[in-house]
Amino acid sequence: MTAVRSVAAGMNGQIKMLSIKNLHASVGDREILRGVNLEVPIGQVHAIMGPNGSGKSTLSYVLAGRDGYDITEGSIVFGGEEIVETPAEERAAKGIFLAFQYPLEIPGVATMTFLKAAMNAQRKARGEAELTTPDFMRRVKVAAEKLNVTQEMLRRPLNVGFSGGEKKRNEILQMALLEPKLAILDETDSGLDIDALKTVSDGVNALRAPDRSMLVITHYQRLLDHIVPDVVHVMAAGRIVRSGGPELALELEANGYADYVGAAAA
Amino acid sequence: MPAVQETVDQVRRIDVDQYKYGFVTDIESDRAPKGLSEDIVRYISAKKNEPEWMLEWRLDAYRRWLTMTEPTWARVHYPKIDFDDLYYYSAPKSTKGPKSLDEVDPELLATYEKLGIPLREREILAGVEGASDRRVAVDAVFDSVSVVTTFKEELKKAGVIFCAISEAIREYPDLVRKYLGSVVPTSDNFYATLNSAVFSDGSFVYVPEGVRCPMELSTYFRINERNTGQFERTLIIAEKGAYVSYLEGCTAPMRDENQLHAAVVELVALDDAEIKYSTVQNWYPGDKDGKGGIYNFVTKRGDCRGARSKISWTQVETGSAITWKYPSCILRGDDSQGEFYSIAVSNGYQQVDSGTKMIHLGKNTRSRIISKGIAAGRSDNTYRGLVSAHRKASGARNFTNCDSLLIGDQCGAHTVPYIESKNASAVFEHEATTSKIADDQLFYCLQRGLTSEEAVALIVNGFVKDVIQQLPMEFAVEAQKLISISLEGSVG
Repeated sequence: MTAVRSVAAGMNGQIKMLSIKNLHASVGDREILRGVNLEVPIGQVHAIMGPNGSGKSTLSYVLAGRDGYDITEGSIVFGGEEIVETPAEERAAKGIFLAFQYPLEIPGVATMTFLKAAMNAQRKARGEAELTTPDFMRRVKVAAEKLNVTQEMLRRPLNVGFSGGEKKRNEILQMALLEPKLAILDETDSGLDIDALKTVSDGVNALRAPDRSMLVITHYQRLLDHIVPDVVHVMAAGRIVRSGGPELALELEANGYADYVGAAAA
Repeated sequence: MPAVQETVDQVRRIDVDQYKYGFVTDIESDRAPKGLSEDIVRYISAKKNEPEWMLEWRLDAYRRWLTMTEPTWARVHYPKIDFDDLYYYSAPKSTKGPKSLDEVDPELLATYEKLGIPLREREILAGVEGASDRRVAVDAVFDSVSVVTTFKEELKKAGVIFCAISEAIREYPDLVRKYLGSVVPTSDNFYATLNSAVFSDGSFVYVPEGVRCPMELSTYFRINERNTGQFERTLIIAEKGAYVSYLEGCTAPMRDENQLHAAVVELVALDDAEIKYSTVQNWYPGDKDGKGGIYNFVTKRGDCRGARSKISWTQVETGSAITWKYPSCILRGDDSQGEFYSIAVSNGYQQVDSGTKMIHLGKNTRSRIISKGIAAGRSDNTYRGLVSAHRKASGARNFTNCDSLLIGDQCGAHTVPYIESKNASAVFEHEATTSKIADDQLFYCLQRGLTSEEAVALIVNGFVKDVIQQLPMEFAVEAQKLISISLEGSVG
């Protein structure tokens, strides 16, 4: 807990993109998040590492507003606004993006169609005009080229028959087009070979910006070689138990999570 | 995508009651007394000024019907219908043989306008200036009679006959006698036999040899009167090398009691002819508690009588409390082809038992079945289909694909395929899948900013894409909208 406090103190004076206080969430009568405290200042990239079952993915779903979790206590303030009660699609329009660990397939709906639907839905929710088709096409072309996403892939039904690497690149493509304020990357490295990992990481790094924050959730350190975080948090048994600089990731890689699993249970 | 957007906008505009065609037209009508007897059959025949042979045909069917019992094999449940508690004939009083549109009751014209069906040719022409090949000729059937048929003169120039069947019986008796009942005989089944006895109106189409019908033909059926059964009869004949594309649409007012609709459609395609028959069925489905709605018991069959002929059924079924319907193809001619593309959507307490029959009789006949069932709410959605090869049907081929999509966990999807092959060289393939709009699929869409309505519309439109593509262009968008409206409120 001392470590958390010291990091938080070090951030004094910075504007927060995300501020989570004492967040408790359960599924049925099983409590998964047990008092998460986390602050992510604007423009920073934070990593959350932790053993399986520590609540990392649950945290990402709860932040994105997925149904099925009871928030029993605590608050999530995003861009200065409490969002615990805000529906998922409104959070998306406000600028929260979740890159899924397992992106979903939608048969019969071309990737291009889905991209346009998503972009325009968010624009509409924000009271902006819908994109014209040429404007949309131009944006897609620029973003797709950077991620090695081919036109052929854009015509295929969303994620149907995509390889693991294609699915993840498609997630980052959506992130690039939707221009979120906070991007949550849930185990984006899973299922990627080293070349695909490089492409995806380059794509993410290109989206780092002074007005955008990122929360990178990962089990392994290797992703953080490519996407170097400002702060690393360790999550165990539903809490952030330690925070530090990028070197913390290396320490975890060397020693494993055994200490935290034991400590959290105690 | 624009279609999805429009869909969603339209869904939003509609209040609690989603069915926007539920209004009643206040019009004086001429009705037969309640119930069914030989006298009623005579009454209907007399109203139509029918020749003696037609009356005999009807009476023969009626006598046969008295000996038949209602089929019970379909997966649908409803209280027993009291056939003596129905009206079998109802016609708007003022429309006894209007010479032109100016003589048609303005109330009726307004009704069709409200339904989005233009009946004034001048207006239709004005609306699509410069796009003459996109015109659609319409036959409007209101309760038991055809109110008006548009573009008749122009079609006549091409040699195409498009008129009310009651008119055809009087004007083209030889054609009608030759083909009526030749595909669906009067003894076919309980509802078809009932229809043969009491059918009141419907459309007749005759496309002569070698003629490609210059425009889409369509019939728009409207049930208005209370407690009235609608029994329309449609007969389409495509002579050698002819082509015609035909579309029917149907709506009815919202009423608390159930109403019966028992139609018969017969198609005849001779050598090298092609008939494309599309249906957008949107009869009143009943309210959210399952009260009211149309019982849609329909017999549709096409006969590929000639070599290399082709009949294609496309249906988008969103309405009716109960649907019992199996548009079929008899592949009699060698090298003939049958197709069935279907989207059946059920929500609320709707029950659908629908599918097709592909009867392969000729050599090298081919058929293709693509069926997409979407069940939501507490509805039941059954695909029932027969593919059979006669012993002489060497080289027969069928491909069947039946997909079901479930929305929510209180609905049911059932697939009942029957395959009978008496010829060793026949090749039949059958694929079937059942899927569910999963919570994580929905959440994925929500996370990208789509509302749940938009998400369902998108997923469903993806699911039905293969079939929508088969519809004539101007109806595809309409069908997509309709599907989404039917599914309103099915999630969250």
